[in-house]
Amino acid sequence: MDFNDSPTEAAYREKARAWLVEAAAAHRAEHGEPKANTPEHMAAAKAWQARKAAAGYACITWPAAVGGGGGTPIESVIFGQEEGKAGVAYGYFTIGLGMCVPTVMAFSDTDTKKRFVSPAVKGEEIWCQLFSEPAGGSDVAALRTRAVKDGDEWVINGQKVWTTGAHYSDFGILLTRTDPDVPKHKGLTMFWIDMRDPAVECRPIHQMSGGREFNEVYFSDLRVKDSQRLGEVGQGWQVALVTLMNERLAVGGSAGPNYREVMELARALPGEDGPALSNDAFREKLADWFVASQGLKFTRFRTMTALSRGQTPGPESSIGKIISANQLQDLANTAVEMQGEYGVLIGPEAAAGAAFQQSLMWAPGLRIAGGTDEILKNIIAERVLGLPGDVRVDKDVAFKDMPTGR
Amino acid sequence: MDFDYSDDQKFLKDEARKFLGGRCPPAVVRGVLDDPAKSYDAPLWAAVAEQGWLGAAIPEEHGGLGLGRVELCAIAEELGRAVAPIPFASTVYILAEAVMAHGTAAQQAAILPRVAAGALIGALAVSEGPGVLTPSALSARVEGGKLSGVKIPVTDGDIAHVAIVLANEGGKPGLFLVDLTGAGVKRETLESLDPTRSVARLTFDGAAAERLGGAGEGFDLVQAILDRAAVLLAFEQLGGADRCLEMAKEYALGRYAFGRVIGGYQAIKHKLADMYVKNEVARSNAYYGAWALNDDAPELPTAAAAARIAASEAFWFASKESVQVHGGMGFTWEVDCHLYYRRSRQLSLVAGSPRLWKERLVSELEKKNAA
Repeated sequence: MDFNDSPTEAAYREKARAWLVEAAAAHRAEHGEPKANTPEHMAAAKAWQARKAAAGYACITWPAAVGGGGGTPIESVIFGQEEGKAGVAYGYFTIGLGMCVPTVMAFSDTDTKKRFVSPAVKGEEIWCQLFSEPAGGSDVAALRTRAVKDGDEWVINGQKVWTTGAHYSDFGILLTRTDPDVPKHKGLTMFWIDMRDPAVECRPIHQMSGGREFNEVYFSDLRVKDSQRLGEVGQGWQVALVTLMNERLAVGGSAGPNYREVMELARALPGEDGPALSNDAFREKLADWFVASQGLKFTRFRTMTALSRGQTPGPESSIGKIISANQLQDLANTAVEMQGEYGVLIGPEAAAGAAFQQSLMWAPGLRIAGGTDEILKNIIAERVLGLPGDVRVDKDVAFKDMPTGR
Repeated sequence: MDFDYSDDQKFLKDEARKFLGGRCPPAVVRGVLDDPAKSYDAPLWAAVAEQGWLGAAIPEEHGGLGLGRVELCAIAEELGRAVAPIPFASTVYILAEAVMAHGTAAQQAAILPRVAAGALIGALAVSEGPGVLTPSALSARVEGGKLSGVKIPVTDGDIAHVAIVLANEGGKPGLFLVDLTGAGVKRETLESLDPTRSVARLTFDGAAAERLGGAGEGFDLVQAILDRAAVLLAFEQLGGADRCLEMAKEYALGRYAFGRVIGGYQAIKHKLADMYVKNEVARSNAYYGAWALNDDAPELPTAAAAARIAASEAFWFASKESVQVHGGMGFTWEVDCHLYYRRSRQLSLVAGSPRLWKERLVSELEKKNAA
């Protein structure tokens, strides 16, 4: 039991840190610190990605031949930690490089790989993942977007939803239904598409949090070449599983305020008798949040240990979002309730810059995005504990005969 | 980064599981449960001593194996899994650890070799009644090296040879080592929620007492002793919680209702997933506690509290929901669920309730935050 880097890891961290100090300074001198969601912010992000790629710090685990760093998973984790500390991390490339481009690499010909992989690594082109639909959220395979063969082309019509970054993406991987006469998992096919095609329309979704970070994407007679197909016709589900498997190595922290911030607030707020921090009920919750946060942090350390030893991480990382999303909601609500009636304020008068109110409104989305609490529990029960899947009434039914609701 | 058992430690843990599988099956636990005359399983205790486990963390100069605390944690995890009916915690986590941390050279030489050899059982005698014992309520006292007062309950007090007793001397609380086999000690075995771990009332009337640690430091010393014990107890709780999840899963895969195994119903699957999540949080916190204990790190008070809270919660949840998954069978005496349900309560209460540890944790965070 030891948190220290091995000598090789320490040397790598030192090298990465030294590079980051210099590169981040040069980057800031050139781009400043632009506001999020502006063209300047995107330009800065692309420049930073290019800088990393040139130094071998982009896609660290990928072979150098495709523009990666030729490194190990633990090196990738170490660099990610140091990059976070250097304060120059951007999120625009995560989905493309983490999920989409690996799928392209696994299922396309040499020319396509040559065309797309390197520009993505350098941050020149951004990718999004077009899976979820209004009729297929947790049940992705129930999707309805149709692709119909027309000579050497496919004609695509339908709608995707909750597509992160669709509005700024150059390309996307798109899961479609090509055969409604077979059961749902068997009639799917994957394509890569050009997001700038006029037949593709992005509309931002107005979320309950007030923000518009996600999109609906509509396809109206979008024509793609058969050469844009990823994997065989009807094998789309297997291709999608490869995409989703690539999601698993993410060793990230959770966003939003944690026990420290709520403790600071409670120290400053008057309670029934002294500061709110002296309230026993609050203290008990605070202890629970601390224990859960530590539990997640040290669970990530266990995952890193497996990587460090050259092993495949165990299933323990699957507990992450269930805990962090629910805790964020509970913590934010407690912090807001603690303020009494003042807790309704979210303007300039708000306590702690309204951070807790924002988290309160964001947390419901976090409990749904990337696998709902319920789906994640099913995954733990089935893949970790080996319990049977649910009864599947749609397994042997042709997609077109499946009952549909609203 | 190396935040897991080493290969050697995993080997030790596997061997411990095999050993306890043979020597401590449920029948052995039930032998103590169903026989009011039995306070522990003496043959198992002797076998455990022979394995060297009692002295695993005791230095070789005192007859131990001189291994680290992480090795002791690995053993604790397996003992918890087997609900071993032996006074291991009282003797090893509490008495031996306390004497190593706070005892004089003479006290160490007198006690540690006998612990390692399996010739001495220990106990911690703090409580005098229900609720939290405050300094002003402490009534046991030592005068002229003689102890008087009543301690209730004392885990393993009926079978222990030596107890660490909290008592006032000259109006100041201190800790004292007391030979329970000597004069002036009356012991009564009491009925317990968990009959597989014995508990007693100790009445002292002029028993010889020798101070352990500094004068007036009694309550601080108790806390320091419990910090160390809490980490080791957390591993026992974790082992028990893991076994509850396994038992519930096995039952859910074999029991049919409404035409299919109950493990296919989401109500059961989500319950088991919740157990898994709590157990992993407990495991990660326990590992951090093991590191802090092994390295004598200044983080030990927070790490121990977090390990204790997470493990208490995980074992409680797993033990009660395991009964639930087993349905009516789970409520019978014959099915083993209640062994774990009882032990989860015993382990949560024996070194201070989770409620107290939460308060301690937040106080530590406040100190750290203010510094």
